[in-house]
Amino acid sequence: MTSRAGRAGTATGRLQRLLALVPYVVSRQVVGLAETAAAFGISEGDLVDDLNMLWCVELRSPDPYCPIDLSYEGGEITVTEAESIGRPLRLGTDEASALLVALRMLAELPGPQDRSALRRTIAKLESAAGDAGAASAQVAVQMDGRAPADVQAQVADALRRRKRLHLSYYVPGRDEATERDADPMRLLVLEGRAYLEAWCRRAEAVRLFRLDRVLALTVLDVAAEVPDEAEQVDVDSGLFRPAAGDLRVEIELSDAGRWVAEYYPCEQVTDLGDGRLHVVLRTPDTRWVRRLALRLGEDGRVVAPAELAEQVSQDAAAALAQYS
Amino acid sequence: MSKQKTERLLSLVVCLLSTGRYLTAGQIRAAVPGYPEAFEAFKRMFERDKDELRELGIPLETGVNAHGDEEVGYRISRQAYELPEIMLEPDEAAVLGLAARVWQRAELAGAAAGGLLKLRAAGIDAEETTQPGIEPRLRTGEAAFGPLWRAVRDRRPVSFSYQAAGRAAPQARTLEPWGVVNRHGRWYVVGFDRDRGEERVFRLSRIDGPVAFAGPPGSVVVPAGADVHKSVSAWDNAPPAVRTAELRIRRGAGHGLRRRASSERPHPAAGPQGREADAGLWDLVHTPFSDTGWYADYIASFGADVVVLEPVDLRDAVIRRLKGALA
Repeated sequence: MTSRAGRAGTATGRLQRLLALVPYVVSRQVVGLAETAAAFGISEGDLVDDLNMLWCVELRSPDPYCPIDLSYEGGEITVTEAESIGRPLRLGTDEASALLVALRMLAELPGPQDRSALRRTIAKLESAAGDAGAASAQVAVQMDGRAPADVQAQVADALRRRKRLHLSYYVPGRDEATERDADPMRLLVLEGRAYLEAWCRRAEAVRLFRLDRVLALTVLDVAAEVPDEAEQVDVDSGLFRPAAGDLRVEIELSDAGRWVAEYYPCEQVTDLGDGRLHVVLRTPDTRWVRRLALRLGEDGRVVAPAELAEQVSQDAAAALAQYS
Repeated sequence: MSKQKTERLLSLVVCLLSTGRYLTAGQIRAAVPGYPEAFEAFKRMFERDKDELRELGIPLETGVNAHGDEEVGYRISRQAYELPEIMLEPDEAAVLGLAARVWQRAELAGAAAGGLLKLRAAGIDAEETTQPGIEPRLRTGEAAFGPLWRAVRDRRPVSFSYQAAGRAAPQARTLEPWGVVNRHGRWYVVGFDRDRGEERVFRLSRIDGPVAFAGPPGSVVVPAGADVHKSVSAWDNAPPAVRTAELRIRRGAGHGLRRRASSERPHPAAGPQGREADAGLWDLVHTPFSDTGWYADYIASFGADVVVLEPVDLRDAVIRRLKGALA
């Protein structure tokens, strides 16, 4: 159960740290207290407690002896006698799998990743992990490969050289091709897709651009200027978060329309029985909801707000008029 | 209490790693400080300690030193315990640091951090922040991921309730899982469906409620030719485009459709398709498509900006969609 590895505050969690600490110092011969504490994510006080505990290990039989000898005088740690714990413990199945799956995912990314370094690292890790790495073959990650590799390469290039980009970008919710300059901040890979996070000079705000929706891109010979107030998107708490003042939209879905609840972040999902769902979405812009309603046809009905439902009816009538 | 336990476990590990011979429980009690005097209390505590060490992945071996020894003993083989030598070049350490960030806050985040710590302990200087500006993430928002990964890892069958697309009520399923696959951001599990008697793919987000183990570890056999990658691609992949749609698209609109167009030209003002009023306002666009239902839905979303001219079944499907949205 190595998935519970590193639990702070438990006896076994601390044991894992102690067993890593001795080889960490041994492999570096001498290393600073502050640097080591940072590497282990603990305070210097906790690190000193760990070192004291290691130094105090005593075995009593046949004769009492202290197997581990170390010092941390002057803020520098050295281990003069590591006994039998001079090497780290083997990787567990979860540990090896987590790292191998992640490395293989990186190797799947289109674009300028260092493929050679990834290949070599995967091979070395597989060999060091031994049997523990085998289960990782049963986890696979497939990236959405529709973003052209050259677009990603250009974005990476602009990031590296801190240059402004000119983007021609497709916004499907409005069926618009838009033109804008953007100052790149990060290349994100989320939900299997690549995104450019940038300061959009048209919106004067941070925006995420899906690379597979970039119609054309030019790296400008202008230095990127990301203002101080530009806040990075918190990639670990979901891409789409409603803002205050967003419109509340309610849709009833038939069985065949249930996918909507999986594809769009819904504030509320209520099961109506017979496979039907009632969902609540929040959005600043209803154009995409109108398009979604047309697409759903009888499998989805906007129930609120009433004006939006009326707009959908008008959109459908206008479209049908083209066929008469 | 916890400190004493850590000290005891640490001493136990050092003791069992240092000995070449198997040590009996009595010898261990004599060597390792911190165990109670009463033998029964010692036995209980020692049993728990053994379990905890094994849970950490420490290879505790049992055996006897010579034939005829009555009592089994314990040791930890250095060979089995130690991480083999591994050296990484700076560019390799950089991608390892990036990989360790991929699971941030997801199911295997702790395992990735634990693995990275051991590799750093082996002397590798893997910074957690490398290549500025690249942030890859794998998320495991689906509650079923944790139990399914453990089932795959430990080769255990599972049972769960599944809400299949197009079915009104969830159904109970029993699966021998072969692997989990993330495709374009969504997690799937592939395996042998005992109820259906064949290979099946399930989307984790449609698993309703808890996943329960339905058999002991080691009781699932993954067939030699199983390729979980391929199974999920085959399940999810659209068949290759086979037909061509002829569309009338309003100038300046329908970009999503135009991106896949095989031909695109201004709508003729005369001729069989010509309408005087359309000239200059509309384009005639040909696009490949395969799944009529899906494509009709997509075209309907463009409303009055896109009109299907051919084929007739696609045209009818779009009209049906629009009529459905009208009411």
